[in-house]
Amino acid sequence: MARKINSHSRTGLALEAFRRNRVGMICLWALLALYGMAICADFISPYSYKDEDRNFSYCPPTAIEFFDQGHLKLPFVYGRALTFNAMHRRVYMVDAAQKYPLRFLKGGRLFGVDAPGRLYLWGADARGRDLFSRIWYGARISLSIGILGVMISFILGLVIGGIAGYYGGAVDNALMWICEMFMMVPGFYLMLALRAAVPQNFNSVQVYLSVVVILALIGWASLARIIRGMALSLRERDFVLVAKTLGVPDLVIIFKHILPQTISFSCASLMLTVSSYILAEAGLSVVGLGIQDPVPSWGNLLSDAMGIVPVIFAPWILLPGLFIFIAVVCFNVLGDSLRDAFDPGYNE
Amino acid sequence: MVKHIIQRICSKVLLLFAVSFFTFWLMHATPGNFFDSLRLNPQISQETVARYEKLYHLNDPLLAQYGHWVVNILHGEWGYSFYYNVPVTHVLGGRLFNTFILSLTSLILTWSIAIPLGIWAALRRNQWIDRMLSVLSFAAFSTPGFFLAVLVLYWASHWGALPLGGMHSPDYDDMSVLGKIRDTLLHLVIPATVLSLSSMASLQRIMRGNMLGVLRQQYILAARAKGLPERIVIYRHALRNAFNPLVTLLGYEFAALLSGAALIEIVCSWPGLGSLLLTAVRSKDVYLVMSSTLLASILLITGNILADILLTWVDPRIRYGKKN
Repeated sequence: MARKINSHSRTGLALEAFRRNRVGMICLWALLALYGMAICADFISPYSYKDEDRNFSYCPPTAIEFFDQGHLKLPFVYGRALTFNAMHRRVYMVDAAQKYPLRFLKGGRLFGVDAPGRLYLWGADARGRDLFSRIWYGARISLSIGILGVMISFILGLVIGGIAGYYGGAVDNALMWICEMFMMVPGFYLMLALRAAVPQNFNSVQVYLSVVVILALIGWASLARIIRGMALSLRERDFVLVAKTLGVPDLVIIFKHILPQTISFSCASLMLTVSSYILAEAGLSVVGLGIQDPVPSWGNLLSDAMGIVPVIFAPWILLPGLFIFIAVVCFNVLGDSLRDAFDPGYNE
Repeated sequence: MVKHIIQRICSKVLLLFAVSFFTFWLMHATPGNFFDSLRLNPQISQETVARYEKLYHLNDPLLAQYGHWVVNILHGEWGYSFYYNVPVTHVLGGRLFNTFILSLTSLILTWSIAIPLGIWAALRRNQWIDRMLSVLSFAAFSTPGFFLAVLVLYWASHWGALPLGGMHSPDYDDMSVLGKIRDTLLHLVIPATVLSLSSMASLQRIMRGNMLGVLRQQYILAARAKGLPERIVIYRHALRNAFNPLVTLLGYEFAALLSGAALIEIVCSWPGLGSLLLTAVRSKDVYLVMSSTLLASILLITGNILADILLTWVDPRIRYGKKN
């Protein structure tokens, strides 16, 4: 009687190894949580990203209170009274006379307070917009832009790297020369030069797409080189010889037999590329050349913080930087642990 | 060996032409003729406009225009900056020097700290010092450089002993030569440290990996077996071999430094190429954009050529024409 053989594919084994990596799994869950929050931004944030109240410019974070004169109450927030100090700086005092109870599930949002009161969980920006809400709306842009950019570079890298590695010789030399050309312009300079070629009258969707394309263009070359290296060794393998002998066309060999073999391994470098794209988007937006203002991204949320004076008086505007850091660390750790799982000899 | 080096230089120079054509084409793909806005600018005389229009043969096909542009560049005519209202070369020189100082300082800082740390971590593998270093370098590697710069500036604003950006103090011109050097160095501290931190992190990890790889080799076992003191095994036999692959990295390291430097220059208002390029892009100053991109690429390619020569010099296997 045939016994069921408990066999595992190489990918299956690697995923098994990855699942045992505790730090890697924590990062995976953290990322899933961030993406989840970004998708639900409309629901979890008390305000829309455009909702501004200039009377509350740089309003500090509001605390949610549970006790009123020693009595337990339903959660509420105190109002803020604006005064000016001797230096004519805005100072927001807690006004115990105004109380605004938290409202739940009103108007399609998880929580919020009624109109004259404002709820600033993580403080307000220069135009009195809620940073908490803007961070989650910004997550949509910052977290998706890296993934989209990587998809494009990955496709470019796969096709070009695969062709270069499979054919070798002159084709390889020519294609790698083009790759080298892209790698010979320092990334940030290439990004700015590409941005200079983008028309200035683009709307926000067009700007978003052009940033994606710019990111894809700066990163595809290194991916192509990695894949080319793998294709170069894969083409010497027996299954390629078999396919050739059977008369399978070259392109079919590349796309059906060689490239699928490289995907599991290049997964790891893909994660590292996502993190570098998130950083690149932040860099581009922080200098005002990426995503344009009313639409938030983690990068342009930080552009306020580029001057030292606002940071000294409103340090909470640095928070988006923490989120960039968390996302980038998670992608890096994920990339590292995937590489360890797929290629156990790498770090030893 | 000389032949090999000449070959490398030739291929890099060819690459430079390709890069310059790419930037040139990019600028021309921008909609609108930039001389139109120039003609409307009352601050620029019509003679200047006419002179540059003639110089760049704007009515010729793209390739011919590119040819003229290259010839002009070789003659030292880099174009006219509409924003600064002077020839581009007047702005570029000083900026290039500043970027060079910043990148070089951080390069020296990075290598002199990261290499010993990498060796140390490899020798104390999986002990607490190695773990701590790897966590630290992971954190440094993942922090956006410009964000780190803001944090350090924020901290320095409380501390008060370091200048918060710029390159010179307001009274720089009245200082003695020594005072000037001291002043510039003080201004360098924050941008150079921040710039070094992230490249330090990756270099330390790579050095650790290389060292561990070499320590597992047979010849290390042989050296230990014949009774050499551990100090000699590590510093004479292992270290030299672990160090070789890093030389190739030097070129790419330079690229990362230049790119990273651009953002940090902007945050710390260091008057370098990066902040110049930003101004140029914002004000659509076409020749300035092309020239600074080209210059940054020249810096990078020069760095690569130097790394190639260095590698041929330290690694005899390359000299005799064998790859890897």
